[in-house]
Amino acid sequence: MNQFINKNLYGDYGDKEQATGASGTHNTAGEWPLWEVFIRSKAGLDHKHAGSLHAADAQMAIENARDVYTRRMEGVSIWVVESKNIHASDPYEAASMYEPANDKVYRHPTFYNLPDELKHM
Amino acid sequence: MTVHSFQEHFDAKIDNEVMIEPRDWMPDDYRKTLIRQISQHAHSEIVGMLPEGNWITRAPSLRRKAVLLAKVQDEGGHGLYLYSAAETLGITRDEMFDQLHTGKAKYSSIFNYPTLTWADIGAIGWLVDGAAIMNQVPLCRTSYGPYARAMVRVCKEESFHQRQGFEIMMTLANGTDVQKKMAQDALNRWWWPSIMMFGPNDADSPHTAQSMRWRIKRFTNDELRQKFIDVTVEQARLIGLTVPDPDLKWNEERGHYDFGPINWDEFWNVVKGNGPCNKERLDARKKAWEEGAWVREAALAHSEKRKARKENKEVKAA
Repeated sequence: MNQFINKNLYGDYGDKEQATGASGTHNTAGEWPLWEVFIRSKAGLDHKHAGSLHAADAQMAIENARDVYTRRMEGVSIWVVESKNIHASDPYEAASMYEPANDKVYRHPTFYNLPDELKHM
Repeated sequence: MTVHSFQEHFDAKIDNEVMIEPRDWMPDDYRKTLIRQISQHAHSEIVGMLPEGNWITRAPSLRRKAVLLAKVQDEGGHGLYLYSAAETLGITRDEMFDQLHTGKAKYSSIFNYPTLTWADIGAIGWLVDGAAIMNQVPLCRTSYGPYARAMVRVCKEESFHQRQGFEIMMTLANGTDVQKKMAQDALNRWWWPSIMMFGPNDADSPHTAQSMRWRIKRFTNDELRQKFIDVTVEQARLIGLTVPDPDLKWNEERGHYDFGPINWDEFWNVVKGNGPCNKERLDARKKAWEEGAWVREAALAHSEKRKARKENKEVKAA
């Protein structure tokens, strides 16, 4: 099955195997590494993926992320991680991967039929 | 799964408005079309900094200068969002720059026109950014996830660009006779190139049908052009400027403005590289790239050295 899937070199996802390049047609030797940027928009919220950028090292990645992704006070905290260090699940295994959750509707509160008169629950 | 079932799965997602993400299977032509469109969009943002950057040192007040600086910085940011989105499709940043510098990839022809007076900065913000917004708002719902997310960000930031441009035009139009003339002259020069920004007529646009099928494009060139003309003519009237088209007339039946013929010879001529500033723009980009090479190399070397020094220390400590 894998032979039909186009392997990407880069992305807002990553995988060590992919980043080191199965195809070998792309020369990225002179390029600054790719980093994924995660931003906490305000205290109390999670860091959320904002996008990616190139930088020579982590410090430059954080400074560039400030200029590229927070020009309008979008963040109070920035995480950067080199894209090649991110491992991602395979979209073609999604069906089996998330199957265990499919038949367990009883995990949702709406599964339970209770009388309307019941309050505060 | 076979190629056939991958294709069916992809088609079903497109039909059901499910976004395509980087690791999903997609037809090669879909990938190629996206790379072409997104990279050209990115190039346009980057080259678009040049005509405006021209006026940063000559802005008429500190307020105008600060605003123009912020706008040009935004355009740089928009280029970066878009380059990143294109990279998720398997092209590298350097490959895209190479395509720009060798003329293989195009950018929006509008940036091959010169900015002769300060009013041109107003006209660019109002008309060029206005046309870009018309194009970009529907792209927030384009079928490729990273492109759509980049466009959401771009559109959020773009609206101040158009408003500041209109404000410049409004101020000039309410000024002295000379200032008003300057505003009208800028409108005269930028109107038709702005109308051409939407690209060839639908009948002459070979990619439109396929791009609409893939939901890469959500409206045709002619639909967007008409929408832009309808709203912009009213805006011009509001500040007492005249759109330079003698055939412009409200068509009650259609509910749209009718407009005169577009000079497509001029359009193709500029696309092919013969516009007033094609060479100048490309030379400026190449110069920046070549003269920045030592900075890129030095930063990489510095980071390698620091990494090595750190590893050395760790070895010694162990």
